[in-house]
Amino acid sequence: MSATLFAQQVLNGLLDGVYYLLIALGLSLIFSLGGIINLAHGAFYAIGAYLTVVIAPHLGFSGALVVSPIAVALLGILIERFLFRRFYRSDPILSLLLTFGLAMVAEQSLRMIFGAPPMSFGLPQALRGPIIVGDFIYSYYRTLLLGVAAVCVIGLWLLLNKTAFGRVVRAGVQNPDMVGALGISLQPYMAAVAALGIGLAALAGVLLAPIYSIHPAMGQEIITPAFVVVVIGGLGSFWGVIVAALLVGLVKGMTIAFGYAQASTAVIYFMMLLVLLFRPRGLFGERIQKFE
Amino acid sequence: MSIKRKLSRRSVLKGAAGAAAAGVLGFPAISKAQSDVIKIGHLTPRTGFLGTLGEFAVQAADLAVEEINGKGGVLGRKIELLKEDSVNPQTASTKAERMIERDQVACIVGEISSASALTIAQVAQRTKNLFVNTGANSDALRGSNCNKYMFHVESQNSMYVKTVGRALLAQNMVKGKKWYSLTADYAFGHDLLRVAKRFMEANGGEFAADELVPTDAADFSAFLVKIRDAKPDLVVSNLAGVQITNFLKQFSEFGLDFPVAGFGFDTAVAWGAGQGNFFGTWPLVWHHLVDTPGSKAFVAAFTKKYGRPPDNQAWGDYVAMHILAKSMNEIKSIEAPKLIEHWEKGAKFDLLKTREGYFRAYDHQLMHEMYAVEALKTSELKNQWDIYKPGPPTPGPDEDLEVIAATKEENVCNMSA
Repeated sequence: MSATLFAQQVLNGLLDGVYYLLIALGLSLIFSLGGIINLAHGAFYAIGAYLTVVIAPHLGFSGALVVSPIAVALLGILIERFLFRRFYRSDPILSLLLTFGLAMVAEQSLRMIFGAPPMSFGLPQALRGPIIVGDFIYSYYRTLLLGVAAVCVIGLWLLLNKTAFGRVVRAGVQNPDMVGALGISLQPYMAAVAALGIGLAALAGVLLAPIYSIHPAMGQEIITPAFVVVVIGGLGSFWGVIVAALLVGLVKGMTIAFGYAQASTAVIYFMMLLVLLFRPRGLFGERIQKFE
Repeated sequence: MSIKRKLSRRSVLKGAAGAAAAGVLGFPAISKAQSDVIKIGHLTPRTGFLGTLGEFAVQAADLAVEEINGKGGVLGRKIELLKEDSVNPQTASTKAERMIERDQVACIVGEISSASALTIAQVAQRTKNLFVNTGANSDALRGSNCNKYMFHVESQNSMYVKTVGRALLAQNMVKGKKWYSLTADYAFGHDLLRVAKRFMEANGGEFAADELVPTDAADFSAFLVKIRDAKPDLVVSNLAGVQITNFLKQFSEFGLDFPVAGFGFDTAVAWGAGQGNFFGTWPLVWHHLVDTPGSKAFVAAFTKKYGRPPDNQAWGDYVAMHILAKSMNEIKSIEAPKLIEHWEKGAKFDLLKTREGYFRAYDHQLMHEMYAVEALKTSELKNQWDIYKPGPPTPGPDEDLEVIAATKEENVCNMSA
């Protein structure tokens, strides 16, 4: 393999991980604050993609980019209010069952409403094609996608670390009882976090709709690698998730680059296994008192 | 393995043999003859990466049964379809067993996954029941794994490869050319790769590379980067299900302009890629633009009922149901041994094409015309369904139908009774 090809594959691998990032960040947020392992997170990604197909003919792709995540985030608020809220203080196995069921209901609903075959949807003509710099090739659309993802990550970091909202959320993650004792109700914060996390998943759905197949099981496809990212990065760690996403993409890409494509899915589970053996809390996992 | 059979009072009282036969396996014909409907089991993937195609299969089977029952059914009885999601090879086998032993179906129809078709075939053989495969392609199912109780309406991989292969030879894309192939990493893909390689080597082509792609991999960017670097003469897809949709969308996203051909294909996955994301030469067992009165009537009936034209998978399940009903009426029996005998003798069927077809006796493969279709340019598209030029059938009118199938030597089948 030439040095240029190798460099291209490294870059491509790193960027590939970004697609899991938006989903993994939301998963991690909802788990940290509410203790809910949201197996239905992939379903919101799928709903985001399907809404894009519905909205784009009327408002264009850019319209879908705004409307779809907001609509799904509102759905997230409802789900938080009527379902998640009942499970914050109960055994995690119950919320696991709830969200597992929710994922199946969502997938089957999509199948019933839109049918099982993939939905017809492609990139707008203007966004197609490669960017070629010397020997390097990269998709023009993916470069834009990277920009949107970067804006989201930075925005989220600022929100969590530089605002009053973020301070309460971070305090709630570590010690919800103390937050309560200080007279701050966590309920509205939980709703906001659920809306944010779920909206991010839908945003990923919109962004990937033009380049991935839109079919009812697409949520299932993405949720497992997203979980692997969260576990490797360490629950509750913002930067852990980001590092893990890049790492997963890189390792996957390298496996393909060196001709072992058939192992490219298995390798990320192997990585998770290694991390769990040597660092059970994940690479950057924080000690969260309430989960100890 | 013990099988509990539910005994109803009626089935004991009816017929002198009833009491003796009760609880004993191997008398399915008796209880079948007593019910007033003929049950047929339909098993096909309806979830997962092939589930995207299963829906067409189920809808077409439903339509066929509606038509058959509307014309008086089979031997004066109505057909009742028991439909299940086959999920994976293990579940497929369990459900096939349950359909045969508990629900007493006359036969099982369906499947798309070559891996699941194999486990269903094993159940069919053990219980001496008929399985009509409508969507699984691997040559091995007609070769090393062939069995007396399995018939194939779906074409084998060899037929797909030779059909599109002819088109590639005509385009001068084989001799001295470098192919870059991407193959679905499971039974179907491995089998297809083997057959494709045989064709390529026999005709003087070579691989720039061949890669196995996990069935749950959605991102092809790393492959696209490699393909661009390898500069092949032809990019070959041995992919399956939504993999093909992902590949088409991303190939076009990266703006690569290498010629593309596929050895396995379903129209639905190209419909799902979106406008302007379909290109290359692909093989089909049937498509909705086939210009015969039978096909036109089928397309019209299907479109009227479901609001979209049928794809190739729909054709498979539709004609399979009609073949069964017609044969049962002709021989006045629904028993597997009699149907097998009838079909092995070379019974002919209307397949909505220009020529009738028949099951080849030694491997039970349906002999029929296939099609190589070429994608239309974006500027030539009139609607979201008619995405390719309908070519003439392969083989041509003067050729033997068997010329595109694997020969006895290429795919050895020793059928034990």
